Amino acid sequence: MFDSLSDRLQGIFGRLRSRGRLSEKDVDAVLREVRVALLEADVNFKVAKSLVARVKDRAVGEDLSKSLDPAQQVIKIVHEELINTLGTSAVKLKMASHPPTRLLLAGLQGSGKTTTAGKLAVFMRKAGHRPLLVACDLQRPAAIEQLRTIGRQVDIPVYSIDPPGDPVQVARDALEHARNMGNDVMIVDTAGRLAIDEALMTEMAEIRQAIDPEAVLLVVDAMTGQDAVGVAEEFVTRVGVDGVILSKLDGDARGGAAISVREVTGAPIYFAGLGEKLGEFDVFHPDRMAGRILGMGDVLTLIEKAEQEFDVEQAKAMEEKIRKAAFDLEDFLGQLQKVKKMGSMTQLLGMLPGIPGIGKINADDFDEAEFGKVEAIIRSMTAEERRKPAIIKGSRRRRIAKGSGTTPADVNMLLRQFGEVQKMMKQFAGVGRKGKRRRMMMPDFPALPE
Amino acid sequence: MTELLLIAFVVVLVGMVAAIAIVGSRRRARRRGQVSRSSAPPLQAPAVPKVAPPPQSAPLAEAPPAIEPAEAPPVERVEPAEAPPVEEEISPKKRFRDRLARARGTFSSALSSMLSRKAIDEETWEDLEEALVRCDVGIDLTQQILQDLEARAKAEGVKDPDGIITLLKDELESLLAGQDRSLVANGDSLTTWLMVGVNGVGKTTTIAKLAKRNVDAGKSVVLAAGDTFRAAAAEQLQVWGERTGAEVIRGQEGADPASVVYDATDAARARHADLLIVDTAGRLHTKVNLMEELKKVRRVIEKAGGGLTETLLVIDATTGQNGLSQARQFSEAVDVTGIVLTKLDGSARGGIVVAVERELGIPVKLVGLGEGASDLMEFEPRYFVDALFE
Ligand SMILES: Nc1nc2c(ncn2[C@@H]2O[C@H](COP(=O)(O)OP(=O)(O)O)[C@@H](O)[C@H]2O)c(=O)[nH]1
Ligand SMILES: [Mg+2]
Repeated sequence: MFDSLSDRLQGIFGRLRSRGRLSEKDVDAVLREVRVALLEADVNFKVAKSLVARVKDRAVGEDLSKSLDPAQQVIKIVHEELINTLGTSAVKLKMASHPPTRLLLAGLQGSGKTTTAGKLAVFMRKAGHRPLLVACDLQRPAAIEQLRTIGRQVDIPVYSIDPPGDPVQVARDALEHARNMGNDVMIVDTAGRLAIDEALMTEMAEIRQAIDPEAVLLVVDAMTGQDAVGVAEEFVTRVGVDGVILSKLDGDARGGAAISVREVTGAPIYFAGLGEKLGEFDVFHPDRMAGRILGMGDVLTLIEKAEQEFDVEQAKAMEEKIRKAAFDLEDFLGQLQKVKKMGSMTQLLGMLPGIPGIGKINADDFDEAEFGKVEAIIRSMTAEERRKPAIIKGSRRRRIAKGSGTTPADVNMLLRQFGEVQKMMKQFAGVGRKGKRRRMMMPDFPALPE
Repeated sequence: MTELLLIAFVVVLVGMVAAIAIVGSRRRARRRGQVSRSSAPPLQAPAVPKVAPPPQSAPLAEAPPAIEPAEAPPVERVEPAEAPPVEEEISPKKRFRDRLARARGTFSSALSSMLSRKAIDEETWEDLEEALVRCDVGIDLTQQILQDLEARAKAEGVKDPDGIITLLKDELESLLAGQDRSLVANGDSLTTWLMVGVNGVGKTTTIAKLAKRNVDAGKSVVLAAGDTFRAAAAEQLQVWGERTGAEVIRGQEGADPASVVYDATDAARARHADLLIVDTAGRLHTKVNLMEELKKVRRVIEKAGGGLTETLLVIDATTGQNGLSQARQFSEAVDVTGIVLTKLDGSARGGIVVAVERELGIPVKLVGLGEGASDLMEFEPRYFVDALFE
């Protein structure tokens, strides 16, 4: 995260601070960084421009120079503007007054429509509905079979026609079928299509006409770049878009496309796809997305928790130790204790942005019990051993293993990896790549108030 | 106060990084152990693979048993089969352009406003920046490119927008120069190409395209349905196998992909096939366990004597800055030898591959220009750059 907006801004404001006031030029420099951060997160060029303009208006209005912490202030403004764009709270789909509610999925090839159709169906069933899936992707080989398989997996009926004919007709027949079978929600999967594909866009418009859906939902891959805007615009003019579903959010993409699409369509983002499994699907949370685009994770919550556990003096001492690479196992144990008090590791990981060199960590890959083992091993060491792990050899190792209920190999591995961690810390405090000094973990802190 | 807080936060983070690094690598190490254990007795007595019914179109028996005459050197550059005869007359450049022509429009606006101006000023640079960013080149690389460009323009005394654009194209082309973009194959034994990438980028379709051009060139091609995860993924490949005349080897849905790939390699060798192309399930590069699974697939191909020469990462042209992260992680896991840039027939320009080549040195080898089996072309920096600016 420190390679992100807050890092950039801390740097600038650190420099500005010493001069005491902000000129118009300073504000522009700050806004340039905001823009870069947005572009790096794949927010569309035009959209970034208008966002920055809004941020500027507010920054000038609120007079940053009077703020105690201008960097945080700017981030707060950007964060708020992002939320304003994304929608301030989660929204619910409207249901038809005369069922079935018809939901039509649209999107580019490979955006994840079919999987999303399955997820949405599962979600709807959980909400007490009786969904019907409709296979209207007659383009991609085995797309119908894919939807049928998904239907079988989650036990939700799938309407399809063999041999496949005209997707418009399939949609129309499916509507009839849903009425007869008492399905109150009908989710139509369609073929992926390029926004510039005349024939297929016309077909999409025809399907829309045929079933007059409550909502056309555009499925957008969270990894999409600048083109998200072009695509959304085309779908809006050719077919109409009533809502957006963001797919593949479980990766490490910042997801700026969400902002772009939202700004262009004006339609709410209803859901987010969070994994390959059909249950990995949730309503969309604009606030979390805003933090993610800024590379902040859910930092605010994390800071709150940190505040409860850490006192400043200790924190300063720790920071010093890390800078000098004097951080030992004793310190590590202490930190681990505190971190643990902040919540379960998996919970905390979920709030974290990607970590340099490691990337976004998938909380599911974690085993809370492993922490217990690490802790047990360190606890079985003497104070001296914790400070100087190098002295841990044969008999000490056996003793520690015995004391912690682990094996000497476990102890060894921990020691080796702690060595790596120490190396990593030296790097964090040191230089980055390509000559450009790019701090990875340790931002230059603005001078501390004495 | 917030600053103090921030420090506290950093310390927590570092503490956590430490904890994470320790715990994370412990887990990885453990998993590695498991993986090698379970693959140690590699699929004893390769059970008779579930072979799909032979394709009707191009009976395999007629295909020549080896790719090239016996004198062929052990490693050769396969000049990937040219476009099918019908389309022969159209030059590749024209074809590339035609496919892209309908996607034009959105982009040219940035440059046309620039061209309408007489001299080069601040706005010229802004327009150029916009143009590059809108192709997904990424703001970081864009700024580097423009810096170099400005210096060059000064040195060479270029003062008109037209000249600048020529220089820019030149600059981009030289960024992409000097790469070997050919697909490597073994001369006298089985060649295996492995396809990897995130979900939905076009791996399976690209395999179909590669199968078609090689079958058309008279080679016997086997496809391994290594995507055992996504519903009906094997069926999809099967359909393509039938359409292109390649044999498809598949396992059960949900089976261990490594074992399916092992069987396929074995079958391909037994049939003296020339080329085995291995499909894999789409996976996000951030999923540690799935990346481990991919490593295992790669190891199995090597162990089974597949003669792996290419590991191709498929990147979708609509991908933004995340493409870099994808390339980095996949490379680290399975040593990617080339990129296939798909869906260039849409309105997205795929500029992220410039950053990928530059940062990681992985050459883009192929370009996907549609959903049909012949919509595949060699990547040509010149056409690609032209297409960015047309
Ligand atoms: N327009 C276009 N669509 C493509 C291209 N390559 C693949 N696709 C489509 O993208 C979708 C996903 O492709 P698929 O091969 O199943 O992706 P996989 O999940 O990576 O195997 C399918 O609808 C393909 O038809 C291409 O070059 N251009
Ligand atoms: Mg596939």
